[in-house]
Amino acid sequence: MNDLKKKKNIKLLQGNEACVEGALLSGVKFFAGYPITPSSEIAEGMAKKLPKIGGKFIQMEDEIASMAAVIGASIAGLKSLTATSGPGMCLKQENLGFAIINEIPCVVVNAQRGGPSTGLPTKPSQGDMMQARWGTHGDHPIIALAPSTVNEILTLTIKAFNFSEKYRTPVILLLDEVIAHMREKVKIPAPEDIQVINRKKPTVPPEKYLPFKPDEDGVPPMANFGEGYRYHITGLVHNYKGLPTSNSQEIDDFIRRLHNKIQKNIKDIIINEKYFLDDAKIALIAYGSVARAAERTVKLAREEGLKVGLLKLLTIWPFCSEEVNKLAQQVDLIIVPEMNLGQMVLEVERASQGKCRVVPYGRVDGELINPIEILGKIREEIKK
Amino acid sequence: MKTVIDNYIREEMFPNIWCPGCGNGIVLGAIIRAIDELKWDKNKIVAVSGIGCSSRITGYVDFCTMNTTHGRALPFATGIKMAKPDLKVIVVMGDGDCSAIGGNHFIHAARRNIDLTAIIINNMIYGMTGGQYSPLTPTGKFGSTAPYGNIDQTFDLAKLATAAGASYVARGTVYNVRQSTSLIKKALDKKGFSVVEIISDCPVSYGKMNKMKSPVDMLKWIKDMAVSKKAWEALSEEEKEGKLVTGEFINIDRMDYTERYKEITKKAQEMGGNK
Repeated sequence: MNDLKKKKNIKLLQGNEACVEGALLSGVKFFAGYPITPSSEIAEGMAKKLPKIGGKFIQMEDEIASMAAVIGASIAGLKSLTATSGPGMCLKQENLGFAIINEIPCVVVNAQRGGPSTGLPTKPSQGDMMQARWGTHGDHPIIALAPSTVNEILTLTIKAFNFSEKYRTPVILLLDEVIAHMREKVKIPAPEDIQVINRKKPTVPPEKYLPFKPDEDGVPPMANFGEGYRYHITGLVHNYKGLPTSNSQEIDDFIRRLHNKIQKNIKDIIINEKYFLDDAKIALIAYGSVARAAERTVKLAREEGLKVGLLKLLTIWPFCSEEVNKLAQQVDLIIVPEMNLGQMVLEVERASQGKCRVVPYGRVDGELINPIEILGKIREEIKK
Repeated sequence: MKTVIDNYIREEMFPNIWCPGCGNGIVLGAIIRAIDELKWDKNKIVAVSGIGCSSRITGYVDFCTMNTTHGRALPFATGIKMAKPDLKVIVVMGDGDCSAIGGNHFIHAARRNIDLTAIIINNMIYGMTGGQYSPLTPTGKFGSTAPYGNIDQTFDLAKLATAAGASYVARGTVYNVRQSTSLIKKALDKKGFSVVEIISDCPVSYGKMNKMKSPVDMLKWIKDMAVSKKAWEALSEEEKEGKLVTGEFINIDRMDYTERYKEITKKAQEMGGNK
């Protein structure tokens, strides 16, 4: 019986469907979106499932409005999700900034396709890695996660919600067309087997509540609208009360705190996986669907006697600089294969501080990077 | 002496940022009086605004308040209302905020007939940025970006909202403040998307560039421009030129978006299964 039960929890799911399952397990109660390939199955899944659990789904007039509605619903107390692809992600940037400055938990999925502009509907890409970091204006922190399997889409969707609630920040989940649309075996965890984090509520009475005064962890407790705590939320830089400020000390403290609440918890936020790195002299650093190819490359290279390993990034932002720096001291060469002409490789170079050679390997023709071509790149580079 | 207003404002936010003679304060007063007459619980009121002089209103009132991004107040409010339909959600916008950058959100909020009250303070200009012409600047009038006169046609927001599906649409002015208060009160109390456009004055930008330097000149202009529906009907086409109808345009009862969502929720749950 037990085995049978366990068996039942294995499903063949599409990547976008796994995102829906992960969100539901996290307690999502609100989705606002706008149709766009290759993310639409997330909206469709939410439209079907949310009303069944008393949640709310709404298809808005555009991506700007979707992001706004998601923030509004989150302030009113519902865990909220939206999903899009590059062109829609551009539109979300405006209100993503509003969510950052007001520390509103929410999860934004970007199933990447080739760009710029309408680009390649619908072929995979990893061209939005830097957009995820810097897409909205101003000096701001962000958390972005990038799964490489359908199962990881489920687990990282849960992580994304947890980080967003714990650190009061929007979290971006970066898929690409391949993993969003492919089907794989997924183990659906039982609700009791997963950790679900909910935002901290104020413990003081309303008259003593300062909505943007942080606790020691840098995160202020959050009162939902309509629960007796009346306060102001503004896109202007604000003080502890949430009211606009032009006091330079308050401004400086506020912007630094936004960054520090992420940066000081980097150990909790950074997730990555290592394959055969212990004795490696050559390291691949990859993420998303390319990490799958890179893992295979490691096996092929090892068969040839090449000491190759892989650092698979699951957390993209904040970047794991410390880890990469250590790796750069160990290996002679780092190759960064990615479906762009060199985005995360810039971070790897920065973190390596010249301690080893760092080489990009990019592909932007809408085709996946395959294990053989990465192996070819390794062979080419070791001759140099 | 304490007034009704004092019960609803955040005193620490005063003095306000508005220029002398600005109509925003009159509208703020009208909104507060209307809410006071309705005896709503402050904890259940959410006021949402976009960007502009008028959008600063949300900072001054003691509710749950949100000063959002330019033109986007309505979709933020839509998210709040969907999440918690028991909250009373009021949206305050300026004319540029609502009809230019937020125009699409405005027609779709009306189309959904979601239970929000949109109050548009129409001073026919972008005041905060220094007097550029807006979609509601009358043709031929001047703005800092219309130095030779505005060649654009204006929107009729009331007709736009009506055509898009709002349940309640009205127009008042800052001159006829009692009428405006009563229109706002009816709009707040209306289930569905309700719209009140308040014609307001910006003596500093609009007035200065259009030969009405003093607030009194502007209020007189507004007084002369505003006519009741009845008076409007008696006017010839020529006489209608440059006039604006005030009063109630539409007031109909129909199910709002959150109620319709409740219905499909029920349907989805009755269907059961995981499909």
